[in-house]
Amino acid sequence: MKKPLLEIKDLRVSIAEDGHRILNGIDLAIGPGEVHALMGPNGSGKSTLAHVLAGRPGYDVTAGQVLYDGKDLLALKPEERAREGIFLAFQYPVEIPGVSNTYFLRTALNAVRKHRGLSELDAMDFLSLLDEKAKLVEMEERMLERGVNEGFSGGEKKRNEVLQMAMLDPRLAVLDETDSGLDIDALRVVAAGVNALRSPERSMLVITHYQRLLSYIVPDVVHVLADGRIVKTGGKELALELEEKGYAWIGSGANASAPEAPAAR
Amino acid sequence: MSSSNRLLDELAQQEYKHGFVTPIESEAIPAGLSEDVVRLISRKKEEPDWLLEWRLKAYRHWLTMEEPTWAKVHYPAIDYQKIVYYSSPKSVAENRPKSLDEVDPELLAMYEKLGVPLKEREILAGVAVDAVLDSVSVATTFREKLQELGVIFCSFSEAVRAYPDLVRKYLGSVVPYTDNFFATLNSAVFSDGSFCFIPKGVRCPMELSTYFRINQADTGQFERTLIVAEEGAYVSYLEGCTAPKRDRNQLHAAIVELVAFDDAQIKYSTVQNWYPGDKDGKGGIYNFVTKRGKCAGRNSKISWTQVETGSAITWKYPSCLLLGDHSVGEFYSVALTANFQQADTGTKMIHVGKNTRSTIVSKGISAGHGQNTYRGAVKIARSAEGARNYSQCDSLLIGEKCGAHTFPYIEVKNSSATLEHEASTSRIGEDQLFYCMQRGLSPEDAVSMIVNGFAKRVLKELPMEFAVEAQKLLGVSLEGAVG
Repeated sequence: MKKPLLEIKDLRVSIAEDGHRILNGIDLAIGPGEVHALMGPNGSGKSTLAHVLAGRPGYDVTAGQVLYDGKDLLALKPEERAREGIFLAFQYPVEIPGVSNTYFLRTALNAVRKHRGLSELDAMDFLSLLDEKAKLVEMEERMLERGVNEGFSGGEKKRNEVLQMAMLDPRLAVLDETDSGLDIDALRVVAAGVNALRSPERSMLVITHYQRLLSYIVPDVVHVLADGRIVKTGGKELALELEEKGYAWIGSGANASAPEAPAAR
Repeated sequence: MSSSNRLLDELAQQEYKHGFVTPIESEAIPAGLSEDVVRLISRKKEEPDWLLEWRLKAYRHWLTMEEPTWAKVHYPAIDYQKIVYYSSPKSVAENRPKSLDEVDPELLAMYEKLGVPLKEREILAGVAVDAVLDSVSVATTFREKLQELGVIFCSFSEAVRAYPDLVRKYLGSVVPYTDNFFATLNSAVFSDGSFCFIPKGVRCPMELSTYFRINQADTGQFERTLIVAEEGAYVSYLEGCTAPKRDRNQLHAAIVELVAFDDAQIKYSTVQNWYPGDKDGKGGIYNFVTKRGKCAGRNSKISWTQVETGSAITWKYPSCLLLGDHSVGEFYSVALTANFQQADTGTKMIHVGKNTRSTIVSKGISAGHGQNTYRGAVKIARSAEGARNYSQCDSLLIGEKCGAHTFPYIEVKNSSATLEHEASTSRIGEDQLFYCMQRGLSPEDAVSMIVNGFAKRVLKELPMEFAVEAQKLLGVSLEGAVG
């Protein structure tokens, strides 16, 4: 079996403010190049897991560990994780008025490149790279000059997330409900962008409520999260089964099937 | 949550980089204010009698006035007898340098260190500098070159000697010596400053700038700047200010008067970075300034752009008196208050002429315990047929202990006027910071970027050389370098 890129062991997390427990022992391993889907009902802890991986403040890790490329991920600051190649596509991308998308991307890219020992891209090289990647998500030039997500529609924001992912070239991309708020055409564009970025060097954790996204971005492994635990793990057909039977189907028997590390493909 | 608040607090307490003291021998008069002190200042400057009389009238009037208390700023009572009203570097006092070669090398080195090289060949092409230290002008660059075009750019003291008629004609013509407590005090004891005169039809080919520096302890700086643009003239003028770190507060009470005739245009930009005091609010400059421009002629235009990041307290309202028909007044402001800084700043746009237009864009940024107030007045006189004003006042809060306040006053006496006012208040959120950091930006760069984006509308009004400095001051890497 290939050494996993991400290895989560018995991760337990609560909200810092009120001590409310959200994750109650997550075990999950993602190998290089694998695409895992994480499904589950509202409140099961999907987004919390995404936030904790990216280092968002406001959570207490009470037990467990997360290894990323063999290193202790939780010891790194959020920006260090980003520079090490972890990318979070936000469920609700944030607006930064007055800061052009292009400028934001260039600053981010150069911060990441510097960390990786690469030289900063000059304006010409940057713009040609941006042109190329913008085509992936059918992003028009005028949107690149607007403020970051400023006045963007839901679909535009999600496309912008995928564009940032394409530019920053992460090793692990966590897509947090990238399908939420998208109509079917926008969903196709976003999914095509994500698929174009699949590679043996890039792993993905795709978080979603619905099977719909997974018929475009076909996962290698599907996990089901309930009450802060992974209660079922299977192949892509598990998503279809869930769609058919609903989350209630996982129900009581679920806890009995201990979460297994996904089979290497 | 607490971790990101701590981070914001730290960012709000950035080090003041211009806080060094230069050990320059000074000749100062004893602290205190009286008619004798006013006479002494006038004598030191070898002024004509009419100017001394004008100062004395101002001083006598000042004695009848009370310090204003309407601004939303708080400070202990100022003891005006403890201030030194005149201080000059000894080398300048004993033998006024006639050219840059004669300026004390210590002084030149100090300006180097401040990033204001006075040797002409080292200066960015296209900027002429008047360097004012404490109470006197140390040097003015590029004067001969400007003189060929008839542009006068020199220290105020020199203008009094060389161009007494011009000074007499315009001094106090926009800000009368009775105007307000601090302006009246300035009129009595003003020491130096810059004088610019752009003759008819001349477009000044370079940026004119004055760099103000307070070096001596307990010294107040009371300078005046007077800029006159004749018919069809154009000038862009920049002003920068710094001071050493000191425990005690120091007073800076300046006056700026601008006069624009028919079709003339004056663009006045300020990057104010006086010492703001330390993180506990100790020390810092009290910046109580009166700035006003008179659009005397048809189609004249005066633009104020200010980036206010320094001073313990800022009290200033660069204003426009729009007398000429079709004249235009503009005010673009970014004011940042961190730690315990307080700012009460804004503008007055007084529309008198027909079809006069004014634009106000104010961006207030508060961090730490900073208190930031926008105070503005738009007045439309009965005569101002067809006047228009657009005002936009935005506030950005960083952290949870700061404050933003807005006091817009509007007075309209002509029903054909059009006024628009927009305002917003927002907070740099954890969400924005985390989003930037998740893309690999350091927290410092993230805050800079967000603040810079917020202030963009104003920063783009600054001349290039200043925009860069202003962005750095806001703790920012260069926005807009791409695309």
